[in-house]
Amino acid sequence: MPFQAAETQITAGRQDKAYWADLWNYRELLGFLAWRDVKVRYKQATLGIAWAVVQPAITMVIFTFVFGKLANMPNDNTPYPLVVLAGLLPWQLFSSAFSGASGSLLNNASLVSKVYFPRLIIPLSALAVALVDFAVVLSLYTAMMLWFGVLPSWHVVFLPLFILLALLAAFGTGAWLTALTVQYRDFRFIAPFMLQVGIFLSPVGFRTDNMPNWRGLLGLNPLTGVIDGFRWCLLGKSATLDPSVIVTSVVLIAILVFTGVWYFRHTERLLADNI
Amino acid sequence: MERESVITVEGLSKRYVIGHETRHDTLRDRLAQGAGSWWRRLRGAGGAQIDKEEFWALSDVSFKVGRGEVLGVVGRNGAGKSTLLKILSRITDPTAGTVRLLGRAASLLEVGTGFHPELTGRENILLNGAILGMRRKEIRAKFDEIVAFAEVQRFLDTPVKHYSSGMYVRLAFAIAAHLEPEILIIDEVLAVGDTAFQKKCLGKMRDVARGEGRTVLFVSHNLPIVRQVCSRAILLESGRLTADGPTNVVLGVYAHGLEENQLARVPEPTPELRERAYVSAVRVETLDQRTLAFARVGEPWRVRIRIVAARALADFVVALGVITSENLGLQTVWSAPCRIEPGEHEIIFTQDSVALAADSYTLVVGLSVADQTIQQFDAARLEITGENPMILCAASSGFGLVINSMRVETRKL
Repeated sequence: MPFQAAETQITAGRQDKAYWADLWNYRELLGFLAWRDVKVRYKQATLGIAWAVVQPAITMVIFTFVFGKLANMPNDNTPYPLVVLAGLLPWQLFSSAFSGASGSLLNNASLVSKVYFPRLIIPLSALAVALVDFAVVLSLYTAMMLWFGVLPSWHVVFLPLFILLALLAAFGTGAWLTALTVQYRDFRFIAPFMLQVGIFLSPVGFRTDNMPNWRGLLGLNPLTGVIDGFRWCLLGKSATLDPSVIVTSVVLIAILVFTGVWYFRHTERLLADNI
Repeated sequence: MERESVITVEGLSKRYVIGHETRHDTLRDRLAQGAGSWWRRLRGAGGAQIDKEEFWALSDVSFKVGRGEVLGVVGRNGAGKSTLLKILSRITDPTAGTVRLLGRAASLLEVGTGFHPELTGRENILLNGAILGMRRKEIRAKFDEIVAFAEVQRFLDTPVKHYSSGMYVRLAFAIAAHLEPEILIIDEVLAVGDTAFQKKCLGKMRDVARGEGRTVLFVSHNLPIVRQVCSRAILLESGRLTADGPTNVVLGVYAHGLEENQLARVPEPTPELRERAYVSAVRVETLDQRTLAFARVGEPWRVRIRIVAARALADFVVALGVITSENLGLQTVWSAPCRIEPGEHEIIFTQDSVALAADSYTLVVGLSVADQTIQQFDAARLEITGENPMILCAASSGFGLVINSMRVETRKL
């Protein structure tokens, strides 16, 4: 029987070239881990899908009341619940992908200390679970649209781009945090805190074009561009899109992803010894 | 004939930094430490952190393994065996040196790694296969074989959290055994599972190496099993490779090391015991008083126990227990209850009437006063090895642990 004698060399230094090839070789494992997480998540929670709907629905009601009624934000004839939900969609996607990715290495400690595979697979697979939850919320949004009789414009074809952008933002920050958590356990408490604060620093409950004076400052949050983009895709022309905000977001997210992957790779060699 | 080497290890070293830096340091510690070292540097004390201690888990280890070889890795706990396997399976990086592996390597550092309790047996086979590096197609092709080997057909759709530990282990080993990597790395898997299944695993391991020309690296404390499966062995002592050669020779060197260590296994007595009585030394030896760590099947051996009594004690009993590698209490022997006077005493237990089968036995020593145990501990390990292939290893042969302990008479009628 002929052997496929692929040679592996293990040395003290880093092996970058082989790493990316390995990441590709292990793509099936990525699929399996994502599948495991989705399966376990919906097996364990008896409420399952219902829970994924109830959470954003309640947030939507509260934000509609606070921003639409109490603060009386203008809505350009778009029902305010839709404005909130269109902002909540990317936020929900980001926050569940981010919290999944940031805790992923510790949650898979037994794997990391016993089997070899490119560790980046672990935070990557956490994104998949977030996508499943996102699909559930998206169907809630679709139902709401039909209820209010609002149809999306042609902008909606760009939605996948903004979904990708939200995932990349979560991946970049998640990679940073999960690697930091292994080295310094304090960071476990930082992720939930960041999300708590983040929802108020992001334009989830209001539209940025209603606050022209604050738009530049809000734009420094990489999620602002993503949320603006979602509103532009889903609500059509009623929400204007500021190109400079989008560009800022893309640049910031690119920096997060590159530095995140760099830091993750930098600490990866030590992971098994520290975990 | 020189075989092509599939594993080439050259000058492999691994350093761990231990000491005052805690393992999971908090950010605050790190910041405080950073500030401290900055302050020292500022004062010209040098940047070196004196409070760190280096520990070389492996130093300058080199060896080669040829295709189809089953290499045993032996050594005491902490000798670096696990570190070596971790580097070979790429879980951790070496500090210096290189390893070249020809072909796919799969490791089984612990049975059931990556099993998820909520998932069913079927789902776990798919998941675990992927974790161990199998392609989806390969898993599909091997699926029925794995299920048959593990004997879990009826429970395929039951979550593995409901499995018995035996089923769990069987399934995990079955997946790994059907992995078909060119190099299989195994650490102590056979310590679990029932005897019949262990036998099956050993058979599978030999098939993998001999029949299919794959290379196996096998770490175990169970020396009879190492002797049985491995043609060659290496010995690690405090991170250094101290012996490399035929299994018998290397295990001999290892046993010699164990012999020197025989007397060191007696625990320090507590103050309470010092006021009554305690064991001061235990020695396993041959009948002519040579220390012994390896005995042949049928060869007599004895255990010499020294006891220090602080005061006179009535109803004093010394007990010796023999426990097999599978944690089965095989025999217990008591001294006759008696009164002992203060001072040092010696008790000798001699095994010369009954032969024990080949296995790795633990000898337990206990003291009791008036039916109350006052001291009990694992005093020594005794390897009994067989010349006769029929009784090479009781754990895997299915033969009895006590051999020829009855009188057998044959006559023609």
